[in-house]
Amino acid sequence: MRLQYSPNIRIVEMPCSGTIDHRVILQAFEDGADGVFVAGCLEGDCHFQRGNLRAKKRVQAVKKLLDEIGLGGERLEMYNLSSAMGPRFAEIANEMTERIRQLGPSPLRKEGGAA
Amino acid sequence: MSTAKVGAVLVVGGGIAGIQASLDLAESGYFVYLVESSPAIGGTMAMLDKTFPTNDCSMCILSPKLVECGRHLNIKILTMADVVDVRGEPGNFTVTVRQRPRYVDVEKCKGCGECAEACPIEVPSEFNQGIGERKAIYKPYAQAYPNAYVIDKENCIECGSCEEACQAGAIDHSMAEETLELNVGAIVLCPGFEKFDASQLFYYGYGRFPNVITSLEFERILSASGPFQGHMVRPYDKKEPRRIAWIQCVGSRNFRLDHGYCSSVCCMYAIKEAIVAKEHTKEPLETTIFFMDMRTYGKGFEKYYERAKEQGVRFVRSRIYEITEVEDGSKNLRIRYANEDGSISVEEFDLVVLSVGLEPSPAARELCQRLGLELNRYGFVELGSFTGIATSRPGIFVAGAFCGPKDIPETVMQASAAAGEAATLLAEARGTLVREKEFPPEKDVRGEEPRIGVFVCHCGINIGSVVRVPEVVEMAKNLPHVVYAGEYLYACSQDSQAAMKQIIDEYKINRVVVASCSPRTHRPLFQETIREAGLNKALFEMANIRDQCSWVHMNEPDKATEKAKDLVKMAVAKAALLEPVPQISAGVTKAALVVGGGVSGMTSALSLADLGYQVHLVEKEGELGGVARRIREGLKGEDVPSFLRSLIEKVKAHPKIELHLGTEVKETAGYVGNFVTTLTSGKEIQHGVTVIATGAREYKPSEYLYGESDRVFTQLELEEALAQGDPRVSGAKTAVLIQCVGSREPERPYCSRICCAKSVKLALKLKEQNPQMKVFVLYRDIRTYGFLEDLYLEARRKGVIFIRYTPENKPVVEKADGFIRVTATDHVLGVPVIIEADILGLAAAIVPQETNHQLSQLFKVPLNEDGFFLEAHMKLRPVDFASEGIFLAGLAHGPKNLEENIAQAKAAAGRASTVLSKKVLESHGMVAVVQQDKCAACLTCVRLCAYNAPRIRNYAAYIEPLLCQGCGTCAGECPNKAITLHGYKDHMQMALSGALFKEV
Repeated sequence: MRLQYSPNIRIVEMPCSGTIDHRVILQAFEDGADGVFVAGCLEGDCHFQRGNLRAKKRVQAVKKLLDEIGLGGERLEMYNLSSAMGPRFAEIANEMTERIRQLGPSPLRKEGGAA
Repeated sequence: MSTAKVGAVLVVGGGIAGIQASLDLAESGYFVYLVESSPAIGGTMAMLDKTFPTNDCSMCILSPKLVECGRHLNIKILTMADVVDVRGEPGNFTVTVRQRPRYVDVEKCKGCGECAEACPIEVPSEFNQGIGERKAIYKPYAQAYPNAYVIDKENCIECGSCEEACQAGAIDHSMAEETLELNVGAIVLCPGFEKFDASQLFYYGYGRFPNVITSLEFERILSASGPFQGHMVRPYDKKEPRRIAWIQCVGSRNFRLDHGYCSSVCCMYAIKEAIVAKEHTKEPLETTIFFMDMRTYGKGFEKYYERAKEQGVRFVRSRIYEITEVEDGSKNLRIRYANEDGSISVEEFDLVVLSVGLEPSPAARELCQRLGLELNRYGFVELGSFTGIATSRPGIFVAGAFCGPKDIPETVMQASAAAGEAATLLAEARGTLVREKEFPPEKDVRGEEPRIGVFVCHCGINIGSVVRVPEVVEMAKNLPHVVYAGEYLYACSQDSQAAMKQIIDEYKINRVVVASCSPRTHRPLFQETIREAGLNKALFEMANIRDQCSWVHMNEPDKATEKAKDLVKMAVAKAALLEPVPQISAGVTKAALVVGGGVSGMTSALSLADLGYQVHLVEKEGELGGVARRIREGLKGEDVPSFLRSLIEKVKAHPKIELHLGTEVKETAGYVGNFVTTLTSGKEIQHGVTVIATGAREYKPSEYLYGESDRVFTQLELEEALAQGDPRVSGAKTAVLIQCVGSREPERPYCSRICCAKSVKLALKLKEQNPQMKVFVLYRDIRTYGFLEDLYLEARRKGVIFIRYTPENKPVVEKADGFIRVTATDHVLGVPVIIEADILGLAAAIVPQETNHQLSQLFKVPLNEDGFFLEAHMKLRPVDFASEGIFLAGLAHGPKNLEENIAQAKAAAGRASTVLSKKVLESHGMVAVVQQDKCAACLTCVRLCAYNAPRIRNYAAYIEPLLCQGCGTCAGECPNKAITLHGYKDHMQMALSGALFKEV
């Protein structure tokens, strides 16, 4: 399909969204990410049965933490889509980029400027 | 003893069919001789730019197969070779093969190309369809296997330049023809097809006008590896065309030339070329396809057609009179054509692409004559009815376009079926002639300082035209632990793989990073390469700088280059922390579970049972046969009930088949080679593979008075009524058949594929019973693909009247006194036609089973948007699911006719046998492990795991590696972080994201 989307997204491959740990997400913010989104299978259609539901809980928990420390939970989002949904991926990538642009660079970044 | 069966198979033809058949056979325990007449394997697929309906890059998906086939220990490839003679009997043939001299020693040639640089002779390149040149010493295409040059003696002037240039001493002008004798048990013929020579049709101007080209020439023009590096220009003046026309059915559906058949693939490839052409230019491009019937009948094809319309591809239903050149020096072309209503139009185009049909090659026809095989009237191999793959000579099977025009998935499917059938014939000789793959002992790299090699791929121009690859390589050289970084035109090609192994040795590399395409398709290939270099396969990381970068940021080369650098930095940071993961192997339960007792399920079951494996056949109904019980006659007039009876008898009598009727699957667990399934009867079955063949249903129409009048039938009902001599049918004076009832509609946007041929067949049957009967077929496009076109012609000749309707102006069906009034608008005259019909037949859609959703969740296999099961890959894995060890066949996969379902069922059995024939399977290795001293035995993982892999042992959790599916959910959830997932440990992932923000 080769749908064009915003080039400031870097994809980190995971076997399942359920693999992702709180610390991995937090570390990404600490290192300087302005935003993070976790993409898992559609709810009810997890390739590994229910890993995406665990991921959802963890993402919710980390969002809360981000709110508490003042970074803002809206910098983190969980999306659900299947591997056959290329157009949706591109849409999410653009949507998230736009959201983060509005929020501006993360205060944790050593130098400012957009990614 | 002459009757002893030989555990080797001869495969003739090295296109995608021959490659697939060879791989399946070699993986099932048979030695394969693959005989290819040209200097390299790859066939026509290698020439294509993209493939429909996914627009996958053809070479990208083929290349790993070329490499796999080329490097397979149990496949001996003989190029430039032809079969001369076959003697003997099924199970034990002696084949004489003549191999023409290559004049280059394949073993010595490194494929460096210095010889071609030096060669002074240029001739048109066959691979590029004569557009562009090659030298007299050449390699057909960049990714060719064998990766060796060849001298074209006809054009060689023996100047000696190549010999001087060759550092490897590979050139040998004294090579002579050799004759070999091969002993094989079975033969699979896949010689493919030739394209129709369009110059036979004078009025299209091919060969006279430079801007009239064939579709295959256009593929080469579009191809990144083609003569213009993927710049879409006219070969004549290298100008970008603004208006391109495609003309369909060139050399197809033409009975004057004795090419009465439909070539089946041209509608789809023309649409694909039009879509891809639009992607190739930033300027507006007009694309027009002139066609008679749009035959987008395959899985996912109708949506592709609709999408093309949305993207502005114009479709003109027409008949072409002639093409002339515009006399203003532009060399543009004028097409004069008749519209459907008979009016004449003339339009000008910059480029005209002729959608040329497929025909058998004279060489292949001649071979068949020598082998005594029956051919049909068009010179294609005549298939034995309901065999899917059998020729008229036992022990010789056929696959691909040589037994009828077909697309890649069907070709691959048939190749797997032919391989399966050959394997079945030779079951007792399985494993007698094969050798096993041995990897060098793994180097122990634990405790060593990481030494990382980075291999960056251009992927032709797929990556290189957007991302500045040399910059990425320079950056990589400065990353911590990187001791080597280099760039490759195609990292996956045979020569790059060889170079990779050499570099790993030379630089003492202990971690490898490849920056190229998708790990999904290419990781296994590269992992095998590093294993061959003595590295554990877990010491490998990939950066996807194509699908995730160059392809999706096509117009932003600076940002894409920056991103590619970041992706490489991240992969390198993770690679430095990678650890070797031990392989865990498991035995294979030599039994199969087949779900569904229709023709497909029974065919798969029989093939597997004949291979010697125990089969459990589960059918939810109380009897076998499925929907075929309602079919009376095949499309070639075959007696379906007696075929079905004999199939059921064979299944029931087979000692290796255990039937479970009136039973369904309740639970299933385990993994490839080791499944455990519980049936509703309570019985527990251990099996190594699963075949899902649960069929489909006929749609119950809600339109056209169905259910409101006893004069309205579905196709199956009409067939039954016909066979039973129902007076409603036998007494009818006028019959109307309406096509696409419930298909190609917004709620069911797919074509049901078989209904056109079925209705034409029913129309003929009605005419046969009562030649005076008026029979009308109301249709949208008649999709009698392949040789089914003969039926359509016959029906028209016998007076069946075909009237086209549009979805906006559907036929109106009303009850009248003693008849049914059908009103349709005549497509030629444009006026309403009123038919007083005694009976109305509805071509009701084929709809997926309601239980598909449940089975999909049970077996963890996906469905497509239409509710049919979705295969692992539309093109190259048409009967596999993404989950290893589970296969699919028949209507559960999508609408297909009986013959096609049988081929697919045999293919599923053939693919399944690649698993069952193995002694052990290796685990994927990327499993979760527990650090026992950190575990508090809190049971979180035990409760969480969907596969019941963790259990408590000695007051700590233990995860059974062969049950673990590697999702890592337990690792993410473990409160004390006692569980880690091999290859995805948290510190690796954190290093990876951390690297993104570090300056080099």
